[in-house]
Amino acid sequence: MAQIEDSGGSHKKGPGVKKAKKLSTRVDMTPMVDLGFLLITFFIFTTTMSSPKALNLNMPKDTKNEEELNKAKESGALTIMLGKDNSVYYYEGQLAPDGSNFKSATFATIRDEIINKKKEVMKNHIHDDKCPKIWAENKGDKNSCLDRDFVVVIKPDEDATYKNTVDMLDEMTINNVKRYAMIDITPQELEVVHATEKSLGK
Amino acid sequence: MPSVKIPKKSTFVDMTPFVDVAFLILTFFIMATKFKPPEPVEVTTPNSVSTQELPESNALLITIDKEGKVYFTVLSEKDKTIYDEVINTINSSRNLGLTDAEKRNYRKTYMVGVGFGQLKQLLDIPAEQQNNLKQTGIPIDTTGGDLTYWVQAAKSAFAGTRLQYLVKGDNMSKYPVFKNVLGALKKNDVYKYNLITAPEDAPSGTELYEERRRAR
Repeated sequence: MAQIEDSGGSHKKGPGVKKAKKLSTRVDMTPMVDLGFLLITFFIFTTTMSSPKALNLNMPKDTKNEEELNKAKESGALTIMLGKDNSVYYYEGQLAPDGSNFKSATFATIRDEIINKKKEVMKNHIHDDKCPKIWAENKGDKNSCLDRDFVVVIKPDEDATYKNTVDMLDEMTINNVKRYAMIDITPQELEVVHATEKSLGK
Repeated sequence: MPSVKIPKKSTFVDMTPFVDVAFLILTFFIMATKFKPPEPVEVTTPNSVSTQELPESNALLITIDKEGKVYFTVLSEKDKTIYDEVINTINSSRNLGLTDAEKRNYRKTYMVGVGFGQLKQLLDIPAEQQNNLKQTGIPIDTTGGDLTYWVQAAKSAFAGTRLQYLVKGDNMSKYPVFKNVLGALKKNDVYKYNLITAPEDAPSGTELYEERRRAR
């Protein structure tokens, strides 16, 4: 260690010869440690570890012309509505007038619903004349058009938070949903959502 | 009575390895981190699995804070004249009657979060003290509001260069504000946006997770 031990005065010196006082070379490191950790704390608090990332979002042009709108096949459509307090509701195809196919979910369970619906659509897919075009775009992969009709419609209502919306868009990337759209909730759906929230006491 | 002599041990602990560790961690933090940019409003962004890097320059940043207030920022690192062009366009199109000093101050103003009515008041304050002013947020409604004019002015100032549109929203902000912001952008024929998010890993077992694992 960085220390020279006092050998204990082995040889005697004559009277009058003063013994040189040997000082320890050992330095107290405690203040240095204090300073070190103070700086660490400072750096932890003032810095950001991970740089933010960009999530792409493309929106369609607003069009009043009904014919220009992309029509989604009813069998392949999954509509997800986002409500108050992180609640999620969904239905497949068209919303039944009595609201019988309206179901509620959570952010933890909606992923399974998306995956199940996607599997179902892929299983029921029958190749038609539009498929060869998709195969050509994907190096002849005949599985590439299986999820062609699968479309997810995201409808946040006025109580949904920005986080919910982004989480749901992220879910589309996670589950590799190629076709999805974010549009306004209809009054009919809003009514059902509010009725459900009321019955759940939200 | 003979007593057993207990040898006195020194209580002095050798701190040297401790110092070594402390400075090693310190070095790591200095190297691995970047200073937080000054932010007048605190925004906690949601997470996403996206891995795309953010543009630092040539972008418009629209910030939504947790109360739903909207702020507008022009990011132009190299060409500072863009700021002059934006404020001149706004000044003449909205008849604000800004003085030259106020216009110059816009270069240093990081974000604007007031309506056109209070813009003169904001630009009267030196840039360093603007954080003290409680900004009320740019008025915005379903038709776009004041934000439409800001985007329009910036878009014409950046004409010819590739401009990106960043939206930075707080977790707690409500969807209608976000929708109105998109509405203001759509009015200017902008349909591609980048939402600023914090990174997270793809959840295991999902399609994206498998895809990324294969790519590795």
